[in-house]
Amino acid sequence: MRWIWIDKFEHFEVNVAARAIKNVSLAEEHLHDHIPGFPVMPASLMIEGMAQTAGILVGAARNFQEKVILAKIGRASFARLVRPGDQIVYAARIVNVSEQGAAIEGAITVRSSTAGAREELPVGSIDMMFSHIDNNLAGAKFPEFNFVFNSEFMNLFETYRRDLNVQLPAASAADDK
Amino acid sequence: MAMTKDEVFVKVKEVLTTALAVDDDEVTPDAHLTTDLGAESIDFLDIIFQLEKSFGIKIPKNELMPDTNSPDLVQNGKLTPKGVAELKTRMPFLDLTGIEADPDVTKIKDAFTVDSLVNYVMTKLSA
Repeated sequence: MRWIWIDKFEHFEVNVAARAIKNVSLAEEHLHDHIPGFPVMPASLMIEGMAQTAGILVGAARNFQEKVILAKIGRASFARLVRPGDQIVYAARIVNVSEQGAAIEGAITVRSSTAGAREELPVGSIDMMFSHIDNNLAGAKFPEFNFVFNSEFMNLFETYRRDLNVQLPAASAADDK
Repeated sequence: MAMTKDEVFVKVKEVLTTALAVDDDEVTPDAHLTTDLGAESIDFLDIIFQLEKSFGIKIPKNELMPDTNSPDLVQNGKLTPKGVAELKTRMPFLDLTGIEADPDVTKIKDAFTVDSLVNYVMTKLSA
């Protein structure tokens, strides 16, 4: 099992917003372990799914040059359970992005079908903040190597963006040297 | 019409109660953001974003905190005398006696009180 909590992007507008989906399968261990006998998707892992969706959106805004780390979950509320067979939709919107980091508003919905009728219903909302850790306000130093957006991630991103035309910003002048 | 200091305080208080998840009555003018209200470094970015939105102002990078990547101002995680002097000029309402004794950059945020933020916003609004 890999720490990958979204399956693909449906929409990706650099600097603005992204929408990713995750299909929930009964084959996944965590569904069985969370509430034995009543398989539901844990809210904590939906926060992770939103963090992956939003973190990639924040990374793309700076062409994956920054080390983007989830630094704060300002608010998270959940109103509906997500069950096997459902499809989770993570919609992340950039509220603000600066050299130091970014603020994100996220909305989670679920697409499910009951007796053949498909519907999309609200699940929850999350406000989160990401830090560009090399420019963070604490002044701490980190390794030069980008351990967030490494080659393994970039390969994954190629899979994610395969169906989409994602226009990344040009590399900065400093990177061309 | 220019906002009064009390009006600015009310809006700053709103920002801090949201960003730091503290109660209204904890946000007093002399409360320190870190030691009294529990703010961490990412909270300062949250507060900056929310102040910008709430007051329609722009808070440029390194205005509240010195540029830690500038060897002129910060060396080995400590403010240089020039760094301290610059911070004093830019933020005259901060009590920097602690920083002068120990110029560790991570300690700068401990100097911020609610009142110093209100004063900072007042200067931005009148600029």
